[in-house]
Amino acid sequence: MNQPTYASLKKSSLPGPDDITRTQLPNGITILVRPNFNSMSVSVTGYLHAGSLYEPDEKLGLADFTSSCLMRGTKQGSFQEIYEKLESIGATVGFNSGSHTAGFGAKSLVDDFDTLLEILSQALREPTFPAQPVEIVRSQLLTGLAMRAQNTSEMASLLFDGLVYQGHPYSKPGDGYPETIMAIRREDLQDFHARHYGPRGMVIAVVGAVSPNRAIDRVSAVLGDWSTPHQPEVVTVPPAPTLGKITREHAPLPEKSQTDLVLGVAGPTRSSPDYVPAKVGNSVLGQFGMMGRIGESVRNKAGLAYYAYSSVSSSIGPGPWFVNAGVDPQNVEKAITLIKAEVERFVGERVSVDELKDSKSSYIGKLPLALQSNAGVAGALLTLERHNLGLDYYQRYEEMIQEVTPQTALDAAQKYLDLERFVIATAGPE
Amino acid sequence: MLKPVNKITLDNGLQIMLKEIHTAPIISHWLWYRVGSRDEIPGKTGISHWVEHLQFKGTPQFPAKETEKAVARTGGMWNALTYLDWTTYYETMPADKIDLALQLEADRMVNGDYKPDEVESERTVVLSERQGRENSPSFLLGEAVRAAAFRVHAYHHEVIGDTADLKTMGRDDLYNHYRTFYRPNNAILTMAGDFETETILERIQQLYAAHPAGEEPPRPQRAEPPPRGEHSLTVEGPGETTLVEVVYHAPPAAHPDFFPLLVLDSLLSGPSGLNLFGGGGISNHTSRLYTAMVEEKNVAVDIMGGLPATIDPFLYSLHLIVHPQKTVEKALAVMDGEIHRLQDAPPTQQEIDRAVKQSRALFAYGGESITNQAFWLGFSEMFASYEWVTKYIDRLAAVTPEDVQRIAQTYLRPQNRVVGTYLPRNGKTRS
Repeated sequence: MNQPTYASLKKSSLPGPDDITRTQLPNGITILVRPNFNSMSVSVTGYLHAGSLYEPDEKLGLADFTSSCLMRGTKQGSFQEIYEKLESIGATVGFNSGSHTAGFGAKSLVDDFDTLLEILSQALREPTFPAQPVEIVRSQLLTGLAMRAQNTSEMASLLFDGLVYQGHPYSKPGDGYPETIMAIRREDLQDFHARHYGPRGMVIAVVGAVSPNRAIDRVSAVLGDWSTPHQPEVVTVPPAPTLGKITREHAPLPEKSQTDLVLGVAGPTRSSPDYVPAKVGNSVLGQFGMMGRIGESVRNKAGLAYYAYSSVSSSIGPGPWFVNAGVDPQNVEKAITLIKAEVERFVGERVSVDELKDSKSSYIGKLPLALQSNAGVAGALLTLERHNLGLDYYQRYEEMIQEVTPQTALDAAQKYLDLERFVIATAGPE
Repeated sequence: MLKPVNKITLDNGLQIMLKEIHTAPIISHWLWYRVGSRDEIPGKTGISHWVEHLQFKGTPQFPAKETEKAVARTGGMWNALTYLDWTTYYETMPADKIDLALQLEADRMVNGDYKPDEVESERTVVLSERQGRENSPSFLLGEAVRAAAFRVHAYHHEVIGDTADLKTMGRDDLYNHYRTFYRPNNAILTMAGDFETETILERIQQLYAAHPAGEEPPRPQRAEPPPRGEHSLTVEGPGETTLVEVVYHAPPAAHPDFFPLLVLDSLLSGPSGLNLFGGGGISNHTSRLYTAMVEEKNVAVDIMGGLPATIDPFLYSLHLIVHPQKTVEKALAVMDGEIHRLQDAPPTQQEIDRAVKQSRALFAYGGESITNQAFWLGFSEMFASYEWVTKYIDRLAAVTPEDVQRIAQTYLRPQNRVVGTYLPRNGKTRS
């Protein structure tokens, strides 16, 4: 083979202060726009502070339930009428809910941009939560939970979160439990919406064949006069609890063919200085190429799993740093031993300069691929805003990745990946 | 959106399709082989997919680990897909790194190692992949339904293959399969992105010149006889959720009835596009089945439909998640009511216009991805030609309300279908 070549970025093609327009409306909505006249479509995404952190324990799933009902009827029209308008022009509007925020994503051909924004703003501002459609959504959510209970990967993650984040808001599942979904009344949805959906702290990104002036003008026309008088302060989350020992639990799912395992700890927050060294170092551990060192050991050498990788999440709070693998129930112990050995090596000695160079190159080269589509760019703009990274972040990206050294990666690994405090969650047959 | 494409065939039979797109410094490169589970016989099911896995195990010039690193260093993505009719390998990379992909694919077309120990360790990986699928009730149901729909044709089995065969096939079976189907005259190379056609073509010619054409690979000749009545089956397993999969024998992608059936699917279960690599889909909440089954009668919590494009006649499928308080019979009765409605009266022109607009939007969204663009080039050649994609919207637009009615009458008959039900042991619903 030829000499290795490493990725580098052409900064001019990346989003930056020269081509991102950022503005804030008087009511607090931040708008980010990046035009792309090569495309025929426009992508609109955003978030507001109405995630599951704002719901009470006895009504877990309330934030998710609320966002799922926004398109089920508004003051301007019924579910059928809204979707008739939307689907007849081939447009989409979707809502989702996370721990901190509720999010939305919308897309249309550029000619239909105005219609798209009208539908989106009506759903955000004036949902009516009609009784019968709310029950349809409830049955869908309950079915989703019944399917979750049969999914080894989801059940292992659920168990893992519960163990790693004991007493912390991240321990609770955003989609709730059947009994909490059953406990939510229509008035709860109305109240949650009235209280938490509002312009303050809301962010909206528009990317596509639309000029910044037009985008700001249109967003302002539909959302500029929105106000929510008693919108609560943005909630922050505490640090993750410190566990005193290795914790291991199994969720039995009889008759399944494969066991999913999740091992790990609470990792750095997205804004922590540890985040980038942890992320780049983790690539060596369980991402680079075919899932890094863990993939090499568990899949390539031992042939134990189709997938075995590690991941550092990018959360506002201390998201998990974990390893996930799906293995034959008979091979669970073997796989855990191999994974632990790789983690031990990763926290015991610095990764080599060459390994780190490879992972850095991979990170740098991936960026343009992630920014091909309008939706990809819009998501990237939201990341800038959510974590306060600055409009020049993607132009500084290469430099920032290059600054990681084997020592800073090791420091981050040692700070978080304490094998004596690992959580091991498995889900599968007995 | 669909710019001109250069199509060239080399002396050794390798077909090449190149489409320049200069909006981003990215190139997507694909090598397609005309081989899939359609070419497999009992005892060797899953062999095409396993060969695909082994193609990542390296050649003398491109050892696995070094190659994996070299590709990953570019930040590019590479992977492979095995399907009913084809197997394909792709790399999407920064434009200045694409030569690696070109070299690598040209080399592994002929120089795969297939070392016995690699074959063995990959055997357990493929078995593990299958076990992961078996965890899902919808996989278990789909597998049973397919097997009931095809008694003779190789579409009978899942691409991943049967466990029995995955345990018994050996290195020589796999190597022979590779040598039989991996040759220039059984392949198409497609590229889209930021390159100059002339330069790239010269490079491709250089890399493939030494690969001789081989014999035309043998093709299965086991056509499925017409079905002689409705089949129904149940699969039982853990869980609380009842699933129903209804499949109708359908025309192949190149058949004149295929596009009217696509329109019918769009009206019944919502639009589906060809965006495998970003661009997403469009919701189906105003489709006839969603409206009737989820909104009005509450017999299902969700519905989905699909019509895969294939060489031989395959299946049009409808998937239902039954409402926890309703029976399968009730759900099927509502579904059949909607099908009868379409058989009894043609839809409006407005409904067809809407399906066309939705497809146009889906192409616009998907076309932003260079990977989708290169995928469409080769995908359509596997069962028709690239014209199938460029004329896609026009062909949908040419469908008349009467065509849709005729298609509903012809294909959506009970005698032409298999009805499969996943019955959860812990569930309240019972058939």
